[in-house]
Amino acid sequence: MKGIKYSLVALAMVIPSAFAQSQPPLKVGMMLPYSGTFAALGNAIDNGFQLYVKEQGGKIGGREITYVRVDDESEPSKATDNINKLIKRDNVDVVIGTVHSGVAMAMAKVAKETGTTLIIPNAGADIITGPMCAKNIFRSSFSNSQPGVAMGEVAAKKGYKNAMTITWKYAAGEESVKGFKESFEKGGGKVTKELTLPFPGVEFQALLTEVAAAKPDVVYSFFAGGGAVKFVKDYAAAGLNKTIPLVGPGFLTDGTLEAQGESAQGMLTALHYGDNLNIKRDNEFRLAYAKQYKLQPDVYAVQGYDAAQMLAVGLKATKGDISKKDDFAKAIRSTKFDSPRGSFTMSNANNPIQDFYLRQVVGKENKVIGIASKSLADPARGCNIQ
Amino acid sequence: MDFSTFLIQSLNSVQYGLLLFLVAAGLTLIFGIMGVINLAHGSFYMMGSYLAFALSPMVAEAFGGGLISTFIIGIVIAIILGYILEWMFYSYLYERDHLQQVLMTYGLILVIEEIRSILVGDDVHGVAIPEWLSASIQLSEVMTYPVYRLFISGVCILLALAMFFVLSKTKLGMMIRAGSVNREMIQSLGVNIKFLYRIVFAAGIAIAAFAGMVAAPVSSVYPGMGQGVLIICFVIVVIGGIGSIKGALIASLLIGFIDTFGKVLLPEVAGVLVYVFMAMILLWKPSGLFKAGS
Repeated sequence: MKGIKYSLVALAMVIPSAFAQSQPPLKVGMMLPYSGTFAALGNAIDNGFQLYVKEQGGKIGGREITYVRVDDESEPSKATDNINKLIKRDNVDVVIGTVHSGVAMAMAKVAKETGTTLIIPNAGADIITGPMCAKNIFRSSFSNSQPGVAMGEVAAKKGYKNAMTITWKYAAGEESVKGFKESFEKGGGKVTKELTLPFPGVEFQALLTEVAAAKPDVVYSFFAGGGAVKFVKDYAAAGLNKTIPLVGPGFLTDGTLEAQGESAQGMLTALHYGDNLNIKRDNEFRLAYAKQYKLQPDVYAVQGYDAAQMLAVGLKATKGDISKKDDFAKAIRSTKFDSPRGSFTMSNANNPIQDFYLRQVVGKENKVIGIASKSLADPARGCNIQ
Repeated sequence: MDFSTFLIQSLNSVQYGLLLFLVAAGLTLIFGIMGVINLAHGSFYMMGSYLAFALSPMVAEAFGGGLISTFIIGIVIAIILGYILEWMFYSYLYERDHLQQVLMTYGLILVIEEIRSILVGDDVHGVAIPEWLSASIQLSEVMTYPVYRLFISGVCILLALAMFFVLSKTKLGMMIRAGSVNREMIQSLGVNIKFLYRIVFAAGIAIAAFAGMVAAPVSSVYPGMGQGVLIICFVIVVIGGIGSIKGALIASLLIGFIDTFGKVLLPEVAGVLVYVFMAMILLWKPSGLFKAGS
């Protein structure tokens, strides 16, 4: 009898630890644009994420990582279906995505309803860390208005009086322009005209003619990916870069300089990353990334990398149990992240509070020439999570 | 808007309209004259752009030639492809109803997109403008106009003239027009209508692909680029009058103006202006501006 009792006790002690040893792999749903104008951005994010996981030996928080990928095509109308498939059919534990703000808004809605942890590695729609914010939704990138606010401060300081803006007519572009307008007009300037065209259109000729006719002191423009390449080239082809400086958030020249070539030279942009930060963490990151992918990393790769870091911080605090949402969120919010972009902390709306650098295009680099705005937080209007 | 800006915006409108005509012309041939609703027409436009992107470095290496040689080789490839596609798929569609045509050509869109994805991937690409066309003309004190856009306009005008000539002045054009009205009659007159249609079809596809190649340097090369163009070109064919090349040309120019000036003057509603315009035209003239054959 005694023998049985002891062995039962022994068994009881062994079983839980045996279970702990063999936690199933963590399923990560990558919902990113793998095609279309943002394909290069989606791939860079994916690469950055994988790099961090590889550096941790393929495991974070003691759990192996497996991936389920879906191409969101930057198509808001397919977003709800896509993320529902990941959550309900593929049973992923966490979703990483995406680039397009409209798609991300639909994703955030589903994440909020189902309680699935969502880490957004790019899309900056202000509303997600504003009125739509939730405990289980995090952003490793920025809010759309942040780079705009930073650039507006710079433009006002440079003494520009009137500005025109050009962007795609969608959330990311309009919010970026709003950020610029806010800080530029606070600094004494005036935005005289806001030009838009439908996403992802690239027929800029008519709008450039308008710019030439109005002759503003400066043009602020938000485009990204293939659209940014085309816009900067067309701007130069119309001869405007010689008379009216073009500025923007860093997306205008990040990951696109190779293709933009001569036409981007000298442009000023503001972003939370640059090509020559020359801090130890970034140098190591750049070297590892270049070795792994035979490519130079860009801001998107950094945001993917930091999305994985956030996941790791949260999982470590919950010992691999992602369902403990309060502990997971608390850990992420109380950590100072050591990112290739420099360190940042999370705001109460789960959005990074970070420095925005002023960068200038020199050759094929976005050279950091100063700080555009220090420790900039997004206003997170309308967000109340405890 | 002052006068010089107005003139430059008009130039932009004409150039954009002519480019649309290039795509709509092929669609008019296939849909208007031969009666096949070809949803895959936009995919051939996209294919042309990708051909320009993929061929130009190869052509430069092999012949040291530039964009013109690329265009010629691209057109030859497109004609061969159009001929094969007609023989394998489209030739079975002439007698079918529109629903079946829509289903098959929609399937073709998916197949072409998938093949593109496998062969060249899903990235966005640009095609370089050759050295001799990359200059700009000074139009006002701050605005310059890229020569390549003038080149596009010139090419489109030449093509439009050639199509008018072939369709309305030659025996071939007469047979095509007659065939669209009464297939049996033209066959009984000893014309090999099957072969004739195959040629027209191949030409329609080649024109779409050519439009894609010409547009590649100014519109970028990206997946799904054909769909947006397809919709606007169906609008053009409908406004212009189904089957009328002249109608397609005039409708293209009108759309070019509406789109360009809409973007600038009424940016809030620019996206729907084209469709509002179509609705108005169709209320006024339900069969379009020009009847086929006129």
